[in-house]
Amino acid sequence: MEILVILVPLALMLGLAGLAAFLWSLRSGQYDDLDGAAWRAIADDEPPQEAPVKR
Amino acid sequence: MHVTRDFSHYVRAAGEGVQHIDLAVEGVHCAGCMAKIERGLSAMPDVTLARVNLTDRRVALEWKAGTLDPARFIDRLEELGYKAYPYETESAEATEVAESRFLLRCLGVAAFATMNVMMLSIPVWSGNASDMLPEQRDFFHWLSALIALPAAAYAGQPFFRSAWRALSAKTTNMDVPISIGVILALGMSVVETIHHAEHAYFDAAIMLLTFLLVGRFLDQNMRRRTRAVAGNLAALKAETAAKFVGPDEISQVPVAAIHPGDIVLLRPGERCAVDGTVIEGCSEIDQSLITGETLYVTAEQGTPVYAGSMNISGTLRVRVSAASEATLLAEITRLLDNALQARSRYMRLADRASRLYAPVVHATALITILGWVIAGASWHDAIVTGVAVLIITCPCALGLAIPTVQTIASGAMFKSGVLLNSGDAIERLAEADHVIFDKTGTLTLPNLEVTNAADIPAGIFDLAGRLALSSHHPVAAAVAQAAGAKSPVVGAVEEAGQGVRATLDGVEIRLGRPSFCGAEALVSGANLDPEASIVAFSKGPEKFILSVRQGLRPDAQAVIAALKARNIGIEILSGDREPAVKAAAHALGVPEWRAGVTPADKIARIEELKRRGAKVLMVGDGMNDAPSLAAAHVSMSPISAAHLSQATADLVFLGRPLAPVVAAIDASRKALHLMRQNLWLAIGYNVLAVPVAISGVVTPLIAAAAMSGSSILVMLNSLRARSRAREIV
Repeated sequence: MEILVILVPLALMLGLAGLAAFLWSLRSGQYDDLDGAAWRAIADDEPPQEAPVKR
Repeated sequence: MHVTRDFSHYVRAAGEGVQHIDLAVEGVHCAGCMAKIERGLSAMPDVTLARVNLTDRRVALEWKAGTLDPARFIDRLEELGYKAYPYETESAEATEVAESRFLLRCLGVAAFATMNVMMLSIPVWSGNASDMLPEQRDFFHWLSALIALPAAAYAGQPFFRSAWRALSAKTTNMDVPISIGVILALGMSVVETIHHAEHAYFDAAIMLLTFLLVGRFLDQNMRRRTRAVAGNLAALKAETAAKFVGPDEISQVPVAAIHPGDIVLLRPGERCAVDGTVIEGCSEIDQSLITGETLYVTAEQGTPVYAGSMNISGTLRVRVSAASEATLLAEITRLLDNALQARSRYMRLADRASRLYAPVVHATALITILGWVIAGASWHDAIVTGVAVLIITCPCALGLAIPTVQTIASGAMFKSGVLLNSGDAIERLAEADHVIFDKTGTLTLPNLEVTNAADIPAGIFDLAGRLALSSHHPVAAAVAQAAGAKSPVVGAVEEAGQGVRATLDGVEIRLGRPSFCGAEALVSGANLDPEASIVAFSKGPEKFILSVRQGLRPDAQAVIAALKARNIGIEILSGDREPAVKAAAHALGVPEWRAGVTPADKIARIEELKRRGAKVLMVGDGMNDAPSLAAAHVSMSPISAAHLSQATADLVFLGRPLAPVVAAIDASRKALHLMRQNLWLAIGYNVLAVPVAISGVVTPLIAAAAMSGSSILVMLNSLRARSRAREIV
């Protein structure tokens, strides 16, 4: 049962990392446009000669 | 006179030498539009950011300060085929967005805690059956407490706050039993953990919060989305006014940048965006949006004009006054306030459910405790059982029953062109059994139409349309639109109050008053619609007359028939003259109608129907309808309605057809049916679970399973609101 000393903190760390990632994504506005994001994933890349969309 | 467009009101600085503007864009609905707009705008030099938000239909733009005029973005979007207008976030929408984010953060925290506490609970549940050491169980309980207590303190805030507000106002709502349940469950679990007991309910308490937050978030998101759409529509109306910035210089500025005392220019064919008094000029104005009266009113020096009036013939200079000074508006506002107070007494289905629910649950818990003590159990065991009753009856499914249906039903309504202004409108609309329609702008289209276009040779009609493009008169605009005219006739001259004339291939063509075109004989000879405005068109010796009027909405008759088929009473209350209302009522087959009614009369009629027990749906658009919209049980406005009416109405419908009225009634009836069904499911669950809890055999495992089982069942049932509504007519 000594394994608990490693596994329990490890599990909690992973959970907290997930929570932190969620809060970060929320703060950086990734949930502001869910419809648009769904389409952007499959949008074609810009042809090189055109001016790239600046972010 | 020099006219400039000035959008500086909407531009804000976004860091080092960069300026930012948000535009609402019409007609963006796919990835193609998104890419086209972003490429088109970022190809402009000095633009540093062009990003489309497809959910809210907006574009965020940033550029190097001082290099570009924001009006150029709008022109560029126009070239690309999109209508755009600067958008300013209203404070109401900003609050909704902030609230939505807060709920999502709470949901994230609660979901994280639920998952981790569950990870610790499952070994305990299985360990109770096998051979877990008590020390290990205690360790797992303490760990659960460490996760659940801070998470519940954070994620429970929306409920605790709302419960506290309700209690300090000496009422109760659904959040009171929720808060009591969660706090007691957590408190008892801590005490049990300290005493090395077998059962702790950290998992149940935090899971409850997670499920309820899902419901809360859905509810909030629905409201936020409606606000965003409504905000865009308001922006795209592009309400501007020509303000005098010098004695002879005018600037086209957004209405938000106009202050009392400013002087604005009102040209023929323009809708007035402000309240004020005419200081110079003479014209006829159309106040149908305000009073429902379709006859024009003469405006001269000293005449008050209200936002929403259309200027017909001459140019006016208007001094802007504060809205409160306008007597008509003041009267309407007073009626509106009274009506809104009456409305707020309506109790939502969820509140009614919780008002019954809370005392029953708390009494059951108390009786359980006393019952066990009388039966000889120790106080400790009795209280533990009582708290278990509270936990298992916690209104998890009840909290999801209504918001999930509301969210899905509002999505279905959105697809059929109806926007919800208030969440409880669905319940009220489902109960409506009597519909009152306003005539002007509601049963009829807000725009004028040429009714006898078929009688006129196509070539002549096209020519009349092209000539009409040179006039600002709204009737001419209607002719131009009906003819689909694109290129104006070169060298056309407008004679104020008469018409337009031009010479084409040596032949003189004229469009305007019959006397202007020498067509009086034609007019007196014909059997004409008394409601229509008559314009004449002459090409050399050939003369024609066009009859222009507000047409009925294309499907008005079918909608009235569909409402009758649903056993809903119908009547027309209009501020317009009797012949006009009578004609419309006859055409639609509505036996009950009243003409020339004032806003106060409309309210009186609604009150009378209310006393007879009818639930009235008021459909109207004019400012004169706003008080009656508020007084009715539930109300609807077309998107073309006056601002005040649109803000007051519970639902707003888009587009030319009237069909959304029936679609909304159908969708809401179905939704109410599902809400009731969900409440019964939730009650059924309690009826099954409570005896188990009272008997004292509930373990945390049973509580968790029952809670998630009932929540999932209710959510699945709500999804049925999505299925396509049957054809309405």
